[in-house]
Amino acid sequence: MKQNGAPLPSPLGALLVRDLKIGRRIGGAASMGVLFFLCLVAITPFAVGPDLALLARIGPAILWIAALLATLLGLDRLFQADAEDGSLDLFLMSDTPLELIVLVKCLAHWLLTGLPLVIASPFFGLMLGLDARALEGVAASLLVGTPALTLIGAIGAALTVSLRRGGLLLAILILPLAIPILIFGVAAASGAMAFLTPFLVLCGLTLAALALTPFAAALALRNGAE
Amino acid sequence: MRTMPNYANPADFLRLVRVAVPGTTAITAILFGIGLYLALLDSPPDYQQGETVRIMYLHVPSAWMAMFIYVVMSSAAFGTLVWRHPLADAVQKSAAPLGTSFTFLCLVTGSLWGKPEWGTWWVWDARLTSVFVLFLIYLGIVALWQVIEDPGKAARLVAIFTLVGAVNIPIIKFSVDWWNTLHQSASVFRMGGPTIAMSMLLPLIFMTFSFTFLFVTLHLLAIRNEILRRRVRRLSMLAASAGEAEVPVIFAEPAE
Repeated sequence: MKQNGAPLPSPLGALLVRDLKIGRRIGGAASMGVLFFLCLVAITPFAVGPDLALLARIGPAILWIAALLATLLGLDRLFQADAEDGSLDLFLMSDTPLELIVLVKCLAHWLLTGLPLVIASPFFGLMLGLDARALEGVAASLLVGTPALTLIGAIGAALTVSLRRGGLLLAILILPLAIPILIFGVAAASGAMAFLTPFLVLCGLTLAALALTPFAAALALRNGAE
Repeated sequence: MRTMPNYANPADFLRLVRVAVPGTTAITAILFGIGLYLALLDSPPDYQQGETVRIMYLHVPSAWMAMFIYVVMSSAAFGTLVWRHPLADAVQKSAAPLGTSFTFLCLVTGSLWGKPEWGTWWVWDARLTSVFVLFLIYLGIVALWQVIEDPGKAARLVAIFTLVGAVNIPIIKFSVDWWNTLHQSASVFRMGGPTIAMSMLLPLIFMTFSFTFLFVTLHLLAIRNEILRRRVRRLSMLAASAGEAEVPVIFAEPAE
């Protein structure tokens, strides 16, 4: 894409850089997500008792639920901030397909909230007394599963974009849809069954989410913003 | 020169409701009479479950209705998104609370049956869990209807969510095969014919048809109410913009 001979950055690349900048600057969504994750992991032993054997057994489930909730944290602002400052109208009018814009915004959200959780999960797993195999399982399943959580969440974020207090409704809409991800994620992480089968199903769910959710979210944005 | 009434037209649809509802109400009453007699008095108690088997005659039809209504809602959602038809919006909106109720009935009757038979009110079994998830999705749909003010926009956004949630119905259907655990697998529709006795199948069939006709009756009435509600809304908005002189007219006219 050239204009007056000077090369312009591609719109999607520029959007990604912008979203990452905003995410890092305003309130530091990345660090806050990890902090929230840490708090959830920290309060669990107070609820179930400090027994390390028990914590090790339910550890993968705790980490997955914490990841699910931490992903929800910034989701309500995914499109809302753009709707407020008018960027969303520009997205809707631009030549770049809205589906790709949604995908890039999800990528930015995942890089800021999902990826830090994946990196932090082995350390938090140690606090819960997980063994080496479970640590690998949790990290691998979170790496594959959290993008699906963000993508499914994007549908909820797009549906509730025009609502002033959409955050709670977003969670109500999205959590039931995230159950299959949670089931296979925890199954892969806890090693109750063989690791590979649930892991591959999880990969399949994530790929399906990658292929389908941008269309649903973009459709919701087009209908919700009118 | 119209040979067939166009029921996609709300006024024609209201006429259809006026003609059809007395008929469907009568059919519902007759079917319930026969079905409840067969289910509660005539059919034999199960040799293993005893009298508690009679709960099944309410439980199984509610479970079928829970899924059937979701299919109705998804079809209407498709109509909303593709044709932007106001009647499809009304069909969608009025089906949601009915679906929620039937799903709730299914969960409650299942729980009442589970206590004597399985010794527990609730089991986190695959099929129970997926019906519970369906219930949560229904509640989400009802909540989404309530929070968006503009009816047209609400219909389109709910339609998107309904179709996204429709992914859940195959999961319910196949969950028994995926995680086959405590819940018995399908026994009516399967290869090689039903495995339940005729004396129990017959009341089940009657109850299923009575539930279906109950839903049709309630749904027609709910669609009518929704059409009238929209008409009142539109008229009051017109009256509000025209001046207060026309206000009494609105409340005199909403029926047609």
